[in-house]
Amino acid sequence: MAEKAYLVPNPKTPCKVIVFDLDLCTACNMCVDVCRTDVMVPNPEEGKPPLVLYPDECWFCGCCAADCPVPGAITVEYPLNQRVGWKRKETGEYFRIGMKNPPPPNTKPPVC
Amino acid sequence: MFRYRIRSFLHWRRQSVASSGNPEGIVMTDFKNNHAQEWPYPVNYGKENEVEADVLVLGGGVAGCHAAVSAAKRGAKVVVVDKGAVIRSGSGGAGVDHWHGAYTNPCSKVTPDEVMDFVIKAFGPYSFGEYGNGISCYIQCNESYDALMDLEKMGIKVRDVDDEFVGADFRDEKTKLMFAYDYENRYCIRVNGGADIKVALYKEMQRLGVQIYDRIMATMLLTEDGRQGGRVVGAAGIHTRTGEFHIFRSKAVILSMAVPAGQWIFETELIGFGSSFNDPNNSGDGTAMAWNAGAELALMERSGRALTSGFFRYPPYGTGDHNNTWFACSIVDANGKEIPWVDRDGNVIEKVSDRYKPAPGQKFFGYGRRGPYEIWGPSLIPNLSECIKNGEYVLPLYADLPGMPAHERRAIWGLMVYNEGKCRIIYDTYNKAGFDPDKDMLQLAVLPPEQYGRGPNWETYGPGQWREVAFGGGGGIIFDWDLRTNLEGLYVAGSQQYSGGTHAHAAATGRYSGRKATRYALGTELQPIDRGQIEREKRRVYAPITRKDGVGWKEMRAGLCRIMQDYCGEYKNEETLRMGIRWMDSIFESEASRAYARNPHELCRSLENLTHITVGKIIMEASLARRASSLHLDFKRMDYPEVDPPEWDKIVTMRLENGDITTGELPLEYWLQPPYAPSYEENYRKHRDLEREGE
Repeated sequence: MAEKAYLVPNPKTPCKVIVFDLDLCTACNMCVDVCRTDVMVPNPEEGKPPLVLYPDECWFCGCCAADCPVPGAITVEYPLNQRVGWKRKETGEYFRIGMKNPPPPNTKPPVC
Repeated sequence: MFRYRIRSFLHWRRQSVASSGNPEGIVMTDFKNNHAQEWPYPVNYGKENEVEADVLVLGGGVAGCHAAVSAAKRGAKVVVVDKGAVIRSGSGGAGVDHWHGAYTNPCSKVTPDEVMDFVIKAFGPYSFGEYGNGISCYIQCNESYDALMDLEKMGIKVRDVDDEFVGADFRDEKTKLMFAYDYENRYCIRVNGGADIKVALYKEMQRLGVQIYDRIMATMLLTEDGRQGGRVVGAAGIHTRTGEFHIFRSKAVILSMAVPAGQWIFETELIGFGSSFNDPNNSGDGTAMAWNAGAELALMERSGRALTSGFFRYPPYGTGDHNNTWFACSIVDANGKEIPWVDRDGNVIEKVSDRYKPAPGQKFFGYGRRGPYEIWGPSLIPNLSECIKNGEYVLPLYADLPGMPAHERRAIWGLMVYNEGKCRIIYDTYNKAGFDPDKDMLQLAVLPPEQYGRGPNWETYGPGQWREVAFGGGGGIIFDWDLRTNLEGLYVAGSQQYSGGTHAHAAATGRYSGRKATRYALGTELQPIDRGQIEREKRRVYAPITRKDGVGWKEMRAGLCRIMQDYCGEYKNEETLRMGIRWMDSIFESEASRAYARNPHELCRSLENLTHITVGKIIMEASLARRASSLHLDFKRMDYPEVDPPEWDKIVTMRLENGDITTGELPLEYWLQPPYAPSYEENYRKHRDLEREGE
């Protein structure tokens, strides 16, 4: 299968760090405004999600996702070597973040 | 002349970017469209902006914001400057779950003076964290609850206003306050809504007319006549997006920037995540600029083996745990066998509810087995490491949330793990992936057996060369009962003080410093700035943008950290320390003079490297000055192995005078010696300056 390939540098970080949902993001740039290290910059193309310029500087504080006006538009992604697992006490089943066929989400709201 | 050079540089840069395709570091999200895109913000290196204030707050983290609010309320014209965005910046910007030292809350059974008796005396007066300095410790003990009440007025819930925890042991039914750790003595408050404190502070500052300058990296303190040791008359810095130059003239300056984090560890691919526990902006600029202005520093030789920093650890509070945010969760082994909790005397605590009570005959307890026996709290069995080694408990271990009483489970996973800084995404991410604390036991990291039974379980020791100064474990600027430094007009708050490290400490000392700096500022006039000092600083800060290539900021940072690891790690002597200083000097005149920056962001990171050189040298000079090892300071001199000999029970101080280092010393507990009064209460009453508010 013929496919074009490109001269590109290696990925800058082990993970994407910040992932935008293209359907949900309104390009309001709130995340750009609150980020302490300027991980993102506004997209020169109007209406598009910010560009993730410095993912390597992300502190994983989560303020971009917390202050995003559209829930779910931003996902903060931990690198694979920073993910933890858990065991269901009754059944002994083992789960982890990122697994195939994960259990259904726990939708219980926090205390805040 | 200088501006002309910048203009020609910009001309070159546009050409070179256009011709060379995608240089390293340009927008990586669009690999196929392999063209460099223009920097999205207007760049104007060298353009001057001048602002005047009564009180200038450098560092808009938790301490700086409380300082600004308190100063503005007293009628000062306040300006806040921060390298990040004040709405969320600072190590406490993402939240806090429990509020230490709230000894004046109506439910507390411990008084501030009892704390000083127990803690400062027993811990040793230059010991760890917020207990490191008696002045700021006493301020925290007396005012941290007031600071929390300030936040409640700004809209933070603080209490269990929605009655989620009615009937819980940790809830006071009358006030609806919720407590952590010692439920009988009730001096540490769980904070409902802690995740949004910084946003509330930001709005309050806007309401009070505080002028907020985001994304400006302060690089120097301006002094009267540009003289080292002179009165502080303002500060200067550069914008991290536009590169413009900002001059702030002020009557008083509050330095509330962070500790110099990340001096030893640098993860090139996950700088923010893996280098240091603290905010990655915390490079020590405040310490360096105070030093250059002639401020007196203390205990800069102090550091600890890295536990919370470095890439071996897991996301803070993001593994199964039983400490701190997770106190006092049950822990079971791989076979479901529970690890017993014991009191300070090793007696097994049978009921979960008794993990939150003092031992028989004990007044109150602190944090695990830290500090003196008098305040040791409940913990897992102290010989856990041995029991894991001999097979009594099988790895991996799990946090048995389902086995905890419902209120405790909900408090740990929902109140604490959510409102604590950086924990909101843990709550959201894990829940989204299906984690359910009613059913699931979160795994603890699998570590060498000897690493169990100490601090929180996400922490992990890296190599012995890795050090850190997190949570008040480093040095800082000397200050008096007015939080004033040796430089007229310069005040310190938060972790810029040597001590500190908790959200409540930052809030309380920030609040106090705002009062003191305002009183001074309103009684004085703006002073002229020294033009020569400005010109020298502009030459220094813009040098990297004039270079076409050379050394990038990341390579430099990694190299500087390596020097600290090798020559100023856990084991050091006169030879290694002098060698380390020589390496720093050599890099300063060689690689640092060839450092390049391709945009304002890289320029700031590059200038942080110069800070690292300054601070690294201070740490090594301070290490040379203490010719004895010290347990209190976690300080090992191989050539002076005697630990804490009585003649070294003192604080070694250092400052620059006409460019030369002058060392001095202060007695331990200098804050209770002349010219100060002999008791905490008397000094505090005399200096606290609350009378104007009628408090």
